Amino acid sequence: MSAPRLALALGGRLEPRPRAALHSRAALARVAPPLLFGVLVVGVWWGYVAISGVSESVLPSPGQVARALVRDRSVLLSSGWTTLSEILIGYAIAAFVGVAIAAAVSSARVLERAVYPWLVATQMVPIPAIAPVVILWTGFDIRPRVIVIALVSFFPVVVNTIDGLRATDGELVGLLRTLGARRWELFRVARLPSALPYVFSGLRVAAAFAVIGAVVAEWAGASSGLGYLVLSYSSQTATSDVFAAVVVLAAIGVALFALVGVAERIAIPWWTLEE
Amino acid sequence: MRLETVGLGKTFGDGVEALRGVSLSLVDGEFVSLVGPSGCGKSTLLAILAGLSEPSAGAVLIDGEPAGALLGRIGYMPQRDLLMQWRTTVENAAIGLELAGVTRREARERAQAQMARFGLTGFERKRPSALSGGMRQRAALLRTFLAGRDVLLLDEPFGSLDALTREAMREWLLGVWEADRKTILLVTHDVEEAVFLSDRVYVMSGRPGAVQAEVEIALPRPRALELTESAQFAELRARLLGPLRAQARAQLGVAWSAGGVGRMV
Repeated sequence: MSAPRLALALGGRLEPRPRAALHSRAALARVAPPLLFGVLVVGVWWGYVAISGVSESVLPSPGQVARALVRDRSVLLSSGWTTLSEILIGYAIAAFVGVAIAAAVSSARVLERAVYPWLVATQMVPIPAIAPVVILWTGFDIRPRVIVIALVSFFPVVVNTIDGLRATDGELVGLLRTLGARRWELFRVARLPSALPYVFSGLRVAAAFAVIGAVVAEWAGASSGLGYLVLSYSSQTATSDVFAAVVVLAAIGVALFALVGVAERIAIPWWTLEE
Repeated sequence: MRLETVGLGKTFGDGVEALRGVSLSLVDGEFVSLVGPSGCGKSTLLAILAGLSEPSAGAVLIDGEPAGALLGRIGYMPQRDLLMQWRTTVENAAIGLELAGVTRREARERAQAQMARFGLTGFERKRPSALSGGMRQRAALLRTFLAGRDVLLLDEPFGSLDALTREAMREWLLGVWEADRKTILLVTHDVEEAVFLSDRVYVMSGRPGAVQAEVEIALPRPRALELTESAQFAELRARLLGPLRAQARAQLGVAWSAGGVGRMV
């Protein structure tokens, strides 16, 4: 029996399933509601400021924030760059070290049992609270900030990765062992790939944490960066400028989050395209 | 390679006895089935033969000698297809070769060469989620075949398929088997499947699993699905069904009168 005939006889499809085309209408239906909601929120904010006559130093209107963004653009850009580079370095360290430590810890069950509860417990430690100590250890340059960012982003990555490595299908591991797989091959072929969706969900949480970590680390002691800028503007009650700095911080967070999403789509298409 | 088990027993840590005194043998190139009710320890037996589990009693022999470590020596296809979603069909099928040290490229070429025979043409680069149930099972079978072991253990390979697909797959599997004559031990709870495919069938009883009967299937080969309509086939099927039905009833704890049985059947 020829292969196509066989496929038919067995009720199989001859043609691969066509991937659902991304209709522009469907895309619109997905994008329009959140966009409209955002516009609504800004509108309500603007309306409230206009009607209540609240002063700019208490609550600036979206327009005043936008003007501050333009007015402060050069300092926002340079401070933004400082904060962004802290975040990128700290986050990258957290991602690599987190995955590596998770892999090491879950390589031996005893080690995993010994370390895992502590890793979960240390997640409860408010890392920003130790920022002043880190500064005491390393000085006032970029290092303490990178360390704090790395620490806060590290835990979601490591815990999620361990969870992912644990969640590997035991029967698959058994099957691969009958095919001659050794420890390292089991990790490479089965455990790591099946952990990747967990790794990425950890990375997404870590992205949000990294931005918070950067701000707090700058508050604890820095003379540059957006966190520092927020602090110095608010001491001058330059509220529109504070908001402008916050907008840039939020933009960095969103961009990082989106970047993780893109990386996820590239790294594990089998996961992201089938949801 | 002649595979035998002598008085194989398995009791789990929680005291559940899954197998007791199981003795069976597989001759080179033979197609043998193991039929039994669900929960009769069939999968446990396969796990022991595959080297994934240790027996509590008895021994496994290869060519008459104690087998030693079995892991990696016998082909094994678990009940679930266990195709990796992060690999394409070819990559999934080639994994056994890759793990055996064949270069990735050659492994994939060799898997590719079998795609037509396993009815997977056009799906080589698709991920498992794009395959139908039958295709997934054939991909899993190809993975087992390509690993190149002499003895293959198949755990209900067609259990999850619809009736028509299952029939077609049986005929197809016979064709594949007749071409390279590997030794196959197939586990199933489907008597018709066992009779149609096998040279010999062991009937197992449940809890603890033990061999209850051994039936020689002297039907001519090659076999086609039409064979299932012959009187000889019906007779063999009845011989196997008898003890299995008795067991199923005993398990339910229901005593039927003769008249009741008549109406039931």
